[in-house]
Amino acid sequence: MELRARDLSHEPVIVQIEDLVVETAGKTRFPVLKGVSLNIRRGETVCLVGESGSGKSVTSLATMGLLPKDALVVRSGTIRLKGENLLALSPSAMKDRRARDLAMIFQEPMTALNPVMKVGAQITEVLDLHSRMGTAEKRARVIDIMEQVHLPDVQRIYDSYPHQLSGGQRQRIMIAMALILEPALLIADEPTTALDVTTQKQILSLIAELQEKHGTAVLFITHDMGVVAEIADRVCVMRHGEILESGPIREVLEQPKHVYTRALLGSVPSLVPREARDDASGASVIAARNLGKTYHTGSFLGKKSQVRASFGVNFDLSPGRTLGIVGESGSGKTTVARSIMRLIEPTEGQILLDGDDIAHLSPSAMKPKRKKLQVVFQDPFRSLNPRWTIARSMTEGPLNYGMSRADALAEAKRLLKIVSLPEDALGRYPHQFSGGQRQRIAIARAVMLKPDVLVADEAVSALDVSVQAQVLDLLAELQRQTGIAIIFITHDLRVAAQICDEVLVMKRGEVVEQGPASRVLHQPQHDYTRALIDAAPGRFWDFAAGKPLVA
Amino acid sequence: MLSYIFKRVLSVVPVLFLVSVFVFLMLRLTPGDPAAILAGDNATPETLQRIRDAMGLNEPLLTQYVKWIAGILRGDFGTSLISGVEVLDLVAKRVGPSISLAVLTIIIAVLVAIPMGVIAAWKHRSWVDYLVMSFSVLGFSVPVFLVGYVLLLVFSVKLGWLPPQGFKPLSAGIAPFLERAILPALTLASIYIALIARMTRAAMLDVLNEDYIRTARAKGVGERRILFVHALKNAAVPIATIVGAGFALLISGVVVTETIFNIPGIGRLTVDAVLARDYPVIQALILLTASVYVAINLLIDLSYSLFDPRIRY
Repeated sequence: MELRARDLSHEPVIVQIEDLVVETAGKTRFPVLKGVSLNIRRGETVCLVGESGSGKSVTSLATMGLLPKDALVVRSGTIRLKGENLLALSPSAMKDRRARDLAMIFQEPMTALNPVMKVGAQITEVLDLHSRMGTAEKRARVIDIMEQVHLPDVQRIYDSYPHQLSGGQRQRIMIAMALILEPALLIADEPTTALDVTTQKQILSLIAELQEKHGTAVLFITHDMGVVAEIADRVCVMRHGEILESGPIREVLEQPKHVYTRALLGSVPSLVPREARDDASGASVIAARNLGKTYHTGSFLGKKSQVRASFGVNFDLSPGRTLGIVGESGSGKTTVARSIMRLIEPTEGQILLDGDDIAHLSPSAMKPKRKKLQVVFQDPFRSLNPRWTIARSMTEGPLNYGMSRADALAEAKRLLKIVSLPEDALGRYPHQFSGGQRQRIAIARAVMLKPDVLVADEAVSALDVSVQAQVLDLLAELQRQTGIAIIFITHDLRVAAQICDEVLVMKRGEVVEQGPASRVLHQPQHDYTRALIDAAPGRFWDFAAGKPLVA
Repeated sequence: MLSYIFKRVLSVVPVLFLVSVFVFLMLRLTPGDPAAILAGDNATPETLQRIRDAMGLNEPLLTQYVKWIAGILRGDFGTSLISGVEVLDLVAKRVGPSISLAVLTIIIAVLVAIPMGVIAAWKHRSWVDYLVMSFSVLGFSVPVFLVGYVLLLVFSVKLGWLPPQGFKPLSAGIAPFLERAILPALTLASIYIALIARMTRAAMLDVLNEDYIRTARAKGVGERRILFVHALKNAAVPIATIVGAGFALLISGVVVTETIFNIPGIGRLTVDAVLARDYPVIQALILLTASVYVAINLLIDLSYSLFDPRIRY
């Protein structure tokens, strides 16, 4: 696998966006796009890269004519599709272009399909709206496109509802729906971000395959440099509503011109695992022995069934070290985390905290142990109480354990300084902070109690790469200072490679491989681990160095 | 699905049992002699004794309850103390008008309120939205008797289009029925239109922000189809809940409206029975109301699976 280097200069330009300016509606106009220009040729993939708030989704919605009417307005500029200015079209003419000349797929396949309509009917609807085919012809067309996106058992899926399909299958349905009329332009807005890496890989190659087949121009929006390296012919780097740099993929990755591009590339974590640190103490602060959790369902009249969410988990973790639990969705990694935290009671095995088994302690017996175990969750937007000040969120734990309010506030101030937030943050509310700031607050909150073990459940997954790098640095710094042991749950192998000493790979509740990160990620023994590593996007490229990785 | 219905019907039994115990004890535990209460103020000692014997008041409570409930299961709710008519007949006669009025009211309310709510959500924060919302506040706050009298004044007294009062059953023909039922139904509907329109608007606003609505737009689906095909079915569950609850309320009687339009329905029967302390009738009405509520709740729950395939029983 290497970077794309196709010469498409002989192909006609399909889309031409010129000097597009979008502002917020209403009296106080705030510029959201400040003159964006780009063009895409037939069969070409242009990646729009940037962090959240950079204006990449606004660009795509403006092209589709789907900007939220009462919030954003196009002030000036043109968007030409095959020479025709889309912005000059009437709403009904634009409605007619959608799906026929330009189509879009979205980030969340879980919510992008109507849950009360069968997926076959949802694809057929495109034909109902834009063609005059007979029922049988329509059905044949839909079945054909469903086969083209490689859905299994097409006849059954045709009559399925979205909730009966997996995330990858739903995204295939979305792609089928977008491409059934062979539009000239496909806009893909983070179409694989919500998917597991192995599914992501399949979807990316599917898009490439169909692009090849139909000569579609693709505008691909992503924040993931790895994905960019896989699929882009050309890249546009966006920040604050402007395109800072654009050019062929190799040029941008090898010789980034803009400082921001360099910073962005520099913060992509490397897939090359770092060496495990010396295990000085050897004594484990937390350990699991054959830990497992089985869920039982069914009522007294119904059939009983059980789900083994996780089983046979063993590890020892000593102070100052980091254990990574890696796996795709449904692998049971979060179940393990919740068991260790005793947010749920495991059904088998032991959890040894300082040598004491806490697996089945009662809530009251668990209470003195709780302060030793703290957690940071994935979504910084939902893990702080929106109606509480930061001070109240941070001091609640220590106050529960009998610290005086003055001491707790002093400690909160000290920690906020460590996580690089201003002192006056204490009196503010969560909504006044960005995602990265909130996650730093969540970490500060977790270490308020001076825990021995910190469980980070996908703690950086929702963050932009540059912020992600800061938060990872912060965790490393805290670990150096306090000797805290970290259990790091993630689906992202790059992140795991950067911070874990030891890694545990989980699949369907089972630990398939375990060992030092440098070995597991460098010389995987198990097929599944290998598949995971193979699927990591852009694994052939060293982003920080700007050159291919030599294996 | 069938086993779910079976389970749900089974779960109705304890609810109705509790209601029946309450109804039974209501009479027995009221201070004073139940026989004296039943017989009324002018009863002779002989009458009292006869009633005591008939009701088995000297027997243990449990025996009395079993006998009473056995009677009810056979359809024997006793006789009205006032009219001496069998309670079952009395109630049965009143159910017809109440149900037909309730159905008509709900049909009018749904036909008017759902489009109103949908359009208000579509034109969110525009004058249409504000108009619908103002009407909704008005519908809630204006007393029913006022709406009823205004309608009577306009359509019966001033314009003379409709007869002012009374009731004709459906069996007498659609026109005579509608002629008399339309004004009371409109009166009642005013509240339900307000309620259902509000709920529809709120549910639609939620749904219209969903990703799949954006997907539909990206497909080139038109606004009308987005509203009524893609969004409305997703918003149906809360709407169905409120329509069902409203219907149950209507069947158990609406006193003021029935009084204004002189309709012989359950509502007036209830008030008359309470005022006259006609205990057998009151007991039967409470049991009826409880059963109606339980049955309609079951139907509402089952209807969810029609709207949302993710809900399966």
